[in-house]
Amino acid sequence: MVTPSEVLSVLQMIDKQKLDVRTITMGINLLSCASDDDERLCQKVYDKVCFSAKDLVRTGEQIEKDFGVPIVNKRISVTPAALISGGMKNHVRLAEALDKAAQTTGVNFIGGYTALVQKAQTENDIRLIDSMPEALSVTRRLCGSVNVGSTKAGINMSAVRRMGRVIKELSQRTSQIRGFGCAKLVVFCNAVEDNPFMAGAFHGAGEGDLAINVGVSGPGVVASALEQVKGMPFDKVAEVIKRTAFSITRVGQLVALEASRRLNVPFGIVDLSLAPTPAVGDSVAKILEGMGLEVCGCHGTTAALALLNDAVKKGGVMASSRVGGLSGAFIPVSEDAGMISAAKIGALSIEKLEAMTAVCSVGLDMIAVPGDTPEETISAIIADEAAIGMINNKTTAVRLVPVPGAQVGEMVEFGGLFGSAPVMPLSRFSAKGFIEREGHIPAPLNSLKN
Amino acid sequence: MEEKKAVVSVLGLDQKGITARVTNVLYMNDANILDISQTIISGYFTMVLIADISGEKCDFDRLGEELSLLGETLGVQIKLQRSEIFESMYRI
Repeated sequence: MVTPSEVLSVLQMIDKQKLDVRTITMGINLLSCASDDDERLCQKVYDKVCFSAKDLVRTGEQIEKDFGVPIVNKRISVTPAALISGGMKNHVRLAEALDKAAQTTGVNFIGGYTALVQKAQTENDIRLIDSMPEALSVTRRLCGSVNVGSTKAGINMSAVRRMGRVIKELSQRTSQIRGFGCAKLVVFCNAVEDNPFMAGAFHGAGEGDLAINVGVSGPGVVASALEQVKGMPFDKVAEVIKRTAFSITRVGQLVALEASRRLNVPFGIVDLSLAPTPAVGDSVAKILEGMGLEVCGCHGTTAALALLNDAVKKGGVMASSRVGGLSGAFIPVSEDAGMISAAKIGALSIEKLEAMTAVCSVGLDMIAVPGDTPEETISAIIADEAAIGMINNKTTAVRLVPVPGAQVGEMVEFGGLFGSAPVMPLSRFSAKGFIEREGHIPAPLNSLKN
Repeated sequence: MEEKKAVVSVLGLDQKGITARVTNVLYMNDANILDISQTIISGYFTMVLIADISGEKCDFDRLGEELSLLGETLGVQIKLQRSEIFESMYRI
């Protein structure tokens, strides 16, 4: 039987420490929709998404009510668009069809305007990538991603170069909303096929027809648990984080199984990531500071994050029958109140963030940079991140927002869960000659495991 | 019939008749009380009640609405949640 103290502690986690299920994401396979006729393809895609996800939002809301735990987002991920659009003349129409389906089903984002070009790109991949600035600026709920590298394949530097240009163009096309279009585009190395989190969610080619993937969150719960071990050695810190991650992940597992049962869709994975929001008390930076750092970004931050990321995984693995996605700690600058204030006072630099990405679950995320940053510099940042991912066998990502007209230090407001961020300084020295080489960085020796 | 359990939690300033009124709502909604525990922590009334809600006439959503309405009237927080959420977080 449940004890009163357990009930009270769960209520406190939900009410005070902002424990929530960040997203229920339904993966939908669109391979059967391929067609060489634009209109036919778009209609098939729209119909399939709307039919498959017709009960998703309602079911999510009912589960929220039954268990009394907030489920913040209901989302859809689809087969990478590049895999079904080979015969298309105008890719933007597919983007619009996906956006419309998202609107009809009531989800807040749909992900999968995606190309996987880690080794090489097809002619269609290029056309899809080149359509991204228009596709992601004329739609509201569509998210896109491009995988430019992997440990197995190396880094496609031609795609890296192209993405610098695409990001700049997308920023200019959405200049009236301060380049916000770029928040819907991620460049990956070692992208995962079952990630439920946006903007990088897509339903990989190795997935089934449908899947329910759930992302849990709860940095506030971890931060408050750490108060019990103030001043104690790290062994104790790791134990507390593991125990907390276990409890948080159990909520995700329960919601995932329940959603899967009610929707009659196979359960995919639980992604046990600590995803912050700009709300006070929902910050990953505050966890790191809770370990004794004066401010996130000072020396010691990388070690603190490494411990956190690892302990979250260890606690979570035991709590779920299937763990996947990105699973770890996210460090999106604009979406984390602690990161925002650390960046504001100059304690958190892009160089430190880059080091942190080597030990956390993703990468350089939601960072505002000056609008006049050369495209080659953006490509070079992508190349650096991809290299970290490739060599360390992990997912890395880049989601930069060049803010048109903004200079270093200026605060940029994105609104809602996307928060706000100070425009961060980048190196003023050029990587132009490096990026213009194009071609392919070979896969590292550690890819040869067979 | 499969047993469905829910947890009712009541948090707020102590006043006369809270328990009576909460349990009355449960009774009127065909829910059977399995366990009840209450305590006062520094003037705050805290009650946790576990009920079987598998009764034929028991509608979870309606019960939840009536309880939160009662909470508003009494100026306390009353929540109705399926018990699995608590069980899963602390048990394997």
